[in-house]
Amino acid sequence: MSAQAFGAADPFAVGAAVRVRLSWPPGHIRTPAYIRGHVGTVAANLGAHPNPEEIAFRRSGQPGSVLYRVRFRQDVVWPDYRGPASDTLDVEIYHHWLEAAGAAR
Amino acid sequence: MKEQHAPPEARHLTDGHPVGAHDVGGRPGPRVEKDEHPHALWEYRVDAMMLLLSARGLLTTDELRRHIEGLGAGAYEGMEYYERWCAALAAAMIDRGVVTADELGRKLAEVAAREP
Amino acid sequence: MSDTHHDHPPDAPPTHYQRMEIALREILMAKSVFTPDDVRREVEAMEGRSAGTGARLVARAWVDPAFKARLLDDARLGAAEMGIPPGPYRVLVMENTATLHNMIVCTLCSCYPRVLLGLPPAWYKGTAYRSRAVREPRAVLAEFGFALADDVALRVHDSTADMRYMVLPMRPAGTEGWSEEELARLVTRDSLIGVAPALDPQALGRASDAAG
Repeated sequence: MSAQAFGAADPFAVGAAVRVRLSWPPGHIRTPAYIRGHVGTVAANLGAHPNPEEIAFRRSGQPGSVLYRVRFRQDVVWPDYRGPASDTLDVEIYHHWLEAAGAAR
Repeated sequence: MKEQHAPPEARHLTDGHPVGAHDVGGRPGPRVEKDEHPHALWEYRVDAMMLLLSARGLLTTDELRRHIEGLGAGAYEGMEYYERWCAALAAAMIDRGVVTADELGRKLAEVAAREP
Repeated sequence: MSDTHHDHPPDAPPTHYQRMEIALREILMAKSVFTPDDVRREVEAMEGRSAGTGARLVARAWVDPAFKARLLDDARLGAAEMGIPPGPYRVLVMENTATLHNMIVCTLCSCYPRVLLGLPPAWYKGTAYRSRAVREPRAVLAEFGFALADDVALRVHDSTADMRYMVLPMRPAGTEGWSEEELARLVTRDSLIGVAPALDPQALGRASDAAG
């Protein structure tokens, strides 16, 4: 029996504003450092997956975590970004790395 | 302790925290070198071992990545891509007890000794 | 520099990790984890994979809107329709339009749709591309000789986890009436990663003139 995946019961809706947790755990982490702390919007729900941060240490990866494609504005992520304001960055991020945010900055 | 959120002006990459040498997104870097070389047979074989071990339940992609990350920052400067994979495969097999370090050490010496 | 191919003359003694590959493989075969034939089959299968497969999918999508819809919905089903084994990962296909261009990177490692495109090029695995593609993607595209207009939004996909990504490039103008086979020749590996558009049909014409 495996526990329900993080976010399976109450996933973030497509279009919701989410903030990537600003956290610095050791181990095998699939959330790139550069995007932590930033606010984006959920572009797609990619379903629940076993947690790779646990699988990497030969555990089951249960409970899993819902994976999202989260969209960020490039000119928000990088204040010195060179390109139009319409440029975006999509990053795959697991539910347990996200929290609800207000309106995206 | 409550996590701190990055203030809008604090957009630097890691806020002084250590992150792995593999986590390079957003770092400054040189021009992209587009020189390409065909893969050597031994590189294909490393790739093949990864696939075969995964298919037999003796390896996961995440585990391989963890072992690559465990090679440390020097590995990114001093080793080729499939050298890192090869070192990580060996580490994973030792970690799982599929092979012992002693077996691998003796076999390495044997391989070197039979070279012409 | 990391990730570049060190020149290793064929008559030079094997490097430490080349010996390691032999040693590990021989031990695992002696333990019956796999056989020499298993290794040979995997090597041959990987040598047989190339971006030509992704190019065939794109060419079909260009001529068959219903297939394109299915491909965008689930690339594995689209691939299976053409007899292409789907592989272990879900592949998301990102469609370029007149107002949106997509570009793929994996900043943490080198995630790549190997079943559809073969092994990734060295630059895709190298730190220069992985570090800069998310922060200054237009500069990176310019280094590939691709000047993306400012009225086209650029969307970079950082493939960090359980998905793989392929770009569906725009069909070049001047290819009306072309067969799937002809169209597939316009679809380069780089256009499937998103660092280039599909080839200009006139460029292809010149290339084949030069070759002929």
